[in-house]
Amino acid sequence: MISDAALSFHNVRQVFTGGEHALCALDSVSFAIASGQVTGLIGPDGAGKTTLMRLACGLLRPALGEIRVLGLDAVDEPQAVQSAVGYMPQRFGLYEDLSVQENLDLYAELQGLPLEKRTARYGELMHMTGLAPFTARLAGRLSGGMKQKLGLACALLRAPRLLLLDEPTVGVDPVSRRELWAIVYRQVQEQGMSVLLSTAYLDEAERCDEVLLLHQGKLLGQGAPADFSAEVQGRIFQVSAADISQRRLQTRLSQAPGVLDALVEGEAVRLVMQQTGEPTAADLLPDLKDVRINSATPCFEDAFVARLKIRHDGAAALGGMDLHIGASGDEKVIQVHRLVRRFGDFIAVNDVSFSVRRGEIFGLLGANGAGKTTTFRMLCGLLPASGGELSVAGHDLHTASAEARRHIGYMAQKFSLYGDLSVLQNLRFFASSYGLRGRVQTERVQWALDTFELTGYREANARDLPLGYKQRLSFAAALMHEPEILFLDEPTSGVDPLARREFWARTNALAEAGVTVLVTTHFMEEANYCDRLVIMADGKVLAEGTPREMKARARSADHPDPSMEDAFIQLIEQREQGGGKDGKHGGKNDEEVAA
Amino acid sequence: MSARLRRLWGMIRKESLQILRDPSSISIAFIMPVILLLLFGYGVSLDAKNIPLGIVIEQPDTATQSLAGAFDRSEFFHPQRFGAIQEAQQALAERRIDGILWLRNDFSSRLLSGNEAPIGVFVNGVDSNQANITKGYIQGTWLAWLQHFAVAQGRALDLPVAMEQRIWFNPALSSRLFLVPGLIAIIMTMIGSLLTAMVVAREWERGTMEALMVTPLHMGEMLAGKLIPYFALGMGGMLLSVAMALYLFDVPLLSPFWLLMLCSALFMLVSLAIGLLISIVTRNQFLAGQVALVVSFLPSFLLSGFLFDIHSMPEWVQTITYLVPARYFVAILQTLFLAGPVWPVVLVNAGAMLLMLAILTVLVVKKSYKRLD
Repeated sequence: MISDAALSFHNVRQVFTGGEHALCALDSVSFAIASGQVTGLIGPDGAGKTTLMRLACGLLRPALGEIRVLGLDAVDEPQAVQSAVGYMPQRFGLYEDLSVQENLDLYAELQGLPLEKRTARYGELMHMTGLAPFTARLAGRLSGGMKQKLGLACALLRAPRLLLLDEPTVGVDPVSRRELWAIVYRQVQEQGMSVLLSTAYLDEAERCDEVLLLHQGKLLGQGAPADFSAEVQGRIFQVSAADISQRRLQTRLSQAPGVLDALVEGEAVRLVMQQTGEPTAADLLPDLKDVRINSATPCFEDAFVARLKIRHDGAAALGGMDLHIGASGDEKVIQVHRLVRRFGDFIAVNDVSFSVRRGEIFGLLGANGAGKTTTFRMLCGLLPASGGELSVAGHDLHTASAEARRHIGYMAQKFSLYGDLSVLQNLRFFASSYGLRGRVQTERVQWALDTFELTGYREANARDLPLGYKQRLSFAAALMHEPEILFLDEPTSGVDPLARREFWARTNALAEAGVTVLVTTHFMEEANYCDRLVIMADGKVLAEGTPREMKARARSADHPDPSMEDAFIQLIEQREQGGGKDGKHGGKNDEEVAA
Repeated sequence: MSARLRRLWGMIRKESLQILRDPSSISIAFIMPVILLLLFGYGVSLDAKNIPLGIVIEQPDTATQSLAGAFDRSEFFHPQRFGAIQEAQQALAERRIDGILWLRNDFSSRLLSGNEAPIGVFVNGVDSNQANITKGYIQGTWLAWLQHFAVAQGRALDLPVAMEQRIWFNPALSSRLFLVPGLIAIIMTMIGSLLTAMVVAREWERGTMEALMVTPLHMGEMLAGKLIPYFALGMGGMLLSVAMALYLFDVPLLSPFWLLMLCSALFMLVSLAIGLLISIVTRNQFLAGQVALVVSFLPSFLLSGFLFDIHSMPEWVQTITYLVPARYFVAILQTLFLAGPVWPVVLVNAGAMLLMLAILTVLVVKKSYKRLD
């Protein structure tokens, strides 16, 4: 074992027993991370990241194995470990009914920061996090990004030698994410701090000095991000073609021979091939003209997908959706005009307008708290609007929300099926709640089982399904009555990258079958799957257009091929620069701008 | 200040700020006691007064008038006259009256001839307690009138034993004097167990406990930091209740004030320990609230002797009451307020609370470690 390691695990196994099931959260995990660097703990939800973090803090006792933190034994001396490290748990560990200053004071007392050093340290941290103007505000009234930075400041008060951050960037807007990384790196450089940071965003792996890749409780690898990407060198290509939308091109390519994975990226589609060697246009897209294939630099996500994705060529997996949508045509099926929703003096949705054509995939993109879900609830008739007009499938939601709802399928953000019912019982229940009986019901249930490959789980209770299958079931339930419009609220939140790809393949197939899909997401790169989208922040629409248009606006000499995240950050920065003059915003917005 | 004290002070300050900002804490500590005291002080009475009584006199004369007059004057009854027994029975069935006094047409003649003069009494037995009280009061009024009548007739009433009664400690037999001190125990249980269980469980739920744990803070400091502010809050609620008892309801306090404070402090600690134990075991606000209600609040209400007499409970229920800390405190409170410092009562009950506190402390310390599993 390395003697100067900041943190080392040796053969650690952690098992949770609950009822009949024993869940192996971590299985023979061994690693050592060096001091003075940022180590990323990367893996999808349920991989065991939080368990690993808690073990490292001495908050859990491993079933087997040895854990050493800064030279201390975390199993025998948990108090000594807890006194030495800095830790930010998933929900930042803040007291929402205390002010920013009071939260700082509390943690300063608890960490034993001497009184005479406090003023200087507070000033430094508040300046670094940009929270200086808000010290008197209650933590509960900060935006997600500000809360995250306050949580980080609280963990940094005494400048610990090892800093453990559990998913600090989840659900936070890209600007705040970028600022957080800057703060973390500054600590590493100035204080020689060691940092272990867990994240489910694969693109953040590139920002780490070293990466631990965790999947289903097993450590798949440790190394510099470049080491991972080197594995797929020569298998990554960008393909573009004329006269075809990126979304269709992506669908076509994912079914093409030799392709392991296809993902819309920028102006082109990114391919991970099963084997090294440049594919030819004739193999991939025999009938298209003007196909260009360039090799690309591999990134961490390519390596992740290459390691874990198994290609399957089932017709159901990626093929068409056999749906009978009554209506057709090219009219605007969703129209939103100057929509407003207030909660007390807080304006959640502020003057939002957009329209969606039949068969489009339309995205609402923004960080948590941008107003996406509120907009959605109004469109589904679940929440009355405070002002503005909105119509769905030709029905005004003010006057005929029940009628409009019959044309809508809705998949909520949280899993909202009955955990104690089996897959089959859930499907039957949802079918009957839409008024489907007898033979029609049997047919629809069978369709759902086939299309979503749920037959193997038909008798399993919904609660016990793996996350990806839960999502399939929710998806199927929302489609039982063959709605012409489908609302998907954060469908890919917490789902691993492979399940996300599968989900988008199905959504594409739905759109091909004529279903209009409205989807919210805070994953910026997912915007590429949409035909058109709006970017929202603080209840307002910042921009509307196709992904191509959005990215074109952000193009500059520095960024010849900007990503959707670059485009988003640029929009936020533009608004901040113009924010000082904009006096008609609500109070919350002004303060956000100042942040 | 040492590092240890600084950490403790940080926790106390944080906890106090949270109490001050959370309207539900303040209302449970100060508004709830006022509501409960007003409700039990003015609204609920266990005394039988103005019992609706039907009187049927088949042959009115001076003797029956005199007897009916005795019932009319009694503060316990609110008599109504009925012409025939059937009418009165109908009224009893419809619950318009709770009892019937039936004087038949031969009543006066038998009374004056010195023979036995029976009266007929019907009582609605649906509420057995109320029926017993009604029966007892009818009997009492009847006996008093007989004696009075005999004296007026110039002869002694031929009764083998005469009862001479003294009622100690609550001579006016006012249930308010007895309920209000017991209520203090209920209020302190609510603050100590219910409120504390919920606020500590809230820390688990919101994930702040995890952040607190990964600091130099020791478990003992954390527990003390939680206990001290809620101890103060509970004693505040207690002082408010005592002040209302003394000045609004005129309950006498026949013992030294320091003794009342000392016993209350002991009970407060027992309550807080129960609350902490519940929150540590459940780690969930909803569950903590439910558990606290079932194991702490309801037993205090039903099994402490505050409202229902323990001696009249079945034996196995009586055995259970020994597990209810409020039982000991209610006994102390009622004694201290109404009877004065009766040391055997105070010491035995305080000893029982001390024993409970010791056991609970051991459990809390054993159960609280800085780990999540």
